[in-house]
Amino acid sequence: MLWACVLLPQLALDGVMRRRAEPEKPLALISGTAQRRVLQTVNAAAQELGLRAGQSLTAAHAMTREFDTVEYDPAQTEHWHRLLAAWAYRFSSQVSLKYPRVLLMEVESSFGLFGPWPVFEARLRQELTAMGFSHRIVAAPNPVAARMLANAHDGLVVTCPDTLQQVLEQMPVNRLGLSTEVSTAFARMGLHRLRQVLALPRDTLARRFPAQVLQHLDTLLGRRPVALECYLPPDHFETRIELNFDVESHQALLFPLKRMIADLALFLGGRDSGAQRFVIHLEHVPSVGSTAPDTLIPVGLLSAEREANMLFELARGRLEQVVVPSPVRALKLLARDLPAFVPSHRELFDDRPQQSLPWEQLRERLRARLGDDSVSGLSFHADHRPECAWQPASLSRPAAGINPVPRPGWLLREPEPLTDLGVRVLAGPERIESGWWDGGDVRRDYYLVETCNGLRGWAYRSVGDSGLLLHGWFA
Amino acid sequence: MMGAVVSLDALLDERRVWKGRAQVQPVAAQPTGHALLDAALPIGGWPPAALTEILIPAHGSGELRLLWPTLARLADKGERIVLVAPPHVPYPQAWQAAGVDLRQLSVIQASDTDALWAVEQCLRSGSCGAVLCWPGKVDDRALRRLQVAAETGETLAFACRGQQAAANPSPAALRLAIDLRPSQLRVLKCRGGLAPASPIPFTTGP
Repeated sequence: MLWACVLLPQLALDGVMRRRAEPEKPLALISGTAQRRVLQTVNAAAQELGLRAGQSLTAAHAMTREFDTVEYDPAQTEHWHRLLAAWAYRFSSQVSLKYPRVLLMEVESSFGLFGPWPVFEARLRQELTAMGFSHRIVAAPNPVAARMLANAHDGLVVTCPDTLQQVLEQMPVNRLGLSTEVSTAFARMGLHRLRQVLALPRDTLARRFPAQVLQHLDTLLGRRPVALECYLPPDHFETRIELNFDVESHQALLFPLKRMIADLALFLGGRDSGAQRFVIHLEHVPSVGSTAPDTLIPVGLLSAEREANMLFELARGRLEQVVVPSPVRALKLLARDLPAFVPSHRELFDDRPQQSLPWEQLRERLRARLGDDSVSGLSFHADHRPECAWQPASLSRPAAGINPVPRPGWLLREPEPLTDLGVRVLAGPERIESGWWDGGDVRRDYYLVETCNGLRGWAYRSVGDSGLLLHGWFA
Repeated sequence: MMGAVVSLDALLDERRVWKGRAQVQPVAAQPTGHALLDAALPIGGWPPAALTEILIPAHGSGELRLLWPTLARLADKGERIVLVAPPHVPYPQAWQAAGVDLRQLSVIQASDTDALWAVEQCLRSGSCGAVLCWPGKVDDRALRRLQVAAETGETLAFACRGQQAAANPSPAALRLAIDLRPSQLRVLKCRGGLAPASPIPFTTGP
């Protein structure tokens, strides 16, 4: 087994930065009590201004006011951590969130699919960079060793236990994940590298230090098994973006929406499922004395999809039709219905090379703008009454057995009285009498008629009536 | 002075140059299914990847009889046929009797302005074999958009319009008019050749 450790050194900051439209602007995350606000982390642009993590906000403001602040939110960091776990789940079935800001994943069993480690690692790095997360990656034969080596290395890969021991022996004692008292004690004893600690007899170590120290060192060297709790992806997807200001236009909602849908696509990729239906909540600013209910924008699809651009375009089509009643404070995306994704069938040699958009996607695009019922097939229904013989259906169904009697190509939605005086009857009558069982009783004599213009129509006279009613055209 | 060098073959292939001597009738990519009409058209069938305008005195003048053979052939090949905002309900029994596989047929309901958008989307996507539309009052620019979209998606586009539109110029590659008395087809314009002067008999079916 080979375990990869992906260390995300600035997870909280990256999570906030990737939702901002201008990442190059100085930004600081602040935390602490209301009396003493402290800069938790700062981005590169803010660092150039001379801001440092750990400074108090007052001190920072004394230097410059040219930076934005965002409240540090541990729940958000946790959210990003889980989202990345969903991403990592695509590459490995064993993903662990045991350590904060760290993804541990077993990679050796995935080599068959993703190629040897250098290729695999390059892909992980590329995708993390594309998502906007800075990272360090180390691979080692056991998860704890991978985690500890990531403290001091980036890009290191250790495959055999002997090399692992050599590499670990070079590690400084205070970077090994031992508690502060223990590493201070080692330092005061003059033991700075792990090699020096391992050279001590085990029984003296056991006597001087708590039992956890030896256990930890054994796990580190792979002499003791470690049980990890594996990540299980949830059955639904939920994400929420709080906007820094009140938004009243669609345009300003599109950027956060795009990010949310990119995250949804990421999640769906990890689960190998698609989204059939998701809901966008627009959370409004509560007015005085009452709470404004959220505006819900449901986005429904006929088949499961997971391509980010397409989902975004569809959601955008629905969003643009909605009239936003009051300013929006936050956006939420909720997807509960996540069926398995079945890729659409494509021919290897398409007749038309330009076939850029498959029919399924085109249909969704049309439905997004024209309404859910706008695109339909035509289904034959075994009934003699013409108005019952067709039904709009999502899937067209051909007739099983077909009657050789001529029927018009166009059927009028409502029969119209035939006012033309020069009508000539060419054929008929054909009696259609049916429907006494469902209340739609018809007794009609149908004629093939020709108007004075030469149009051929299909008209009927109800039994007992005198006037002809036009019901179709033989086009 | 020589201008830009234009390959003669390319010029002829585009069928924008009229040639005096009649060529051997080429095998059309999109035959209409009506032998007389095929023979009268310079490329022996519908202009592929282009807009065809069918001018009719009223809905139900034979436009379906004209198109059904083509639609049946395309549907058999597994191509999708889209009707955008048809004026009446297509009666499935008659369409099926004409050989059109109903599983390949889709009907889009849309208002006038949305219909043009939907037609353009369908044409541009390249996932449809033929797109039929019934544009009411459209200008030259809207038709040109449809023509460009049909070229982009390499799709057959058919627009059924009233015969009063015959007086206005149109960017369509082929313009056909259907007359009822006597029952005949007139080619008003066809790209790649002179429009045949004499009308083509178009016999009424049932």
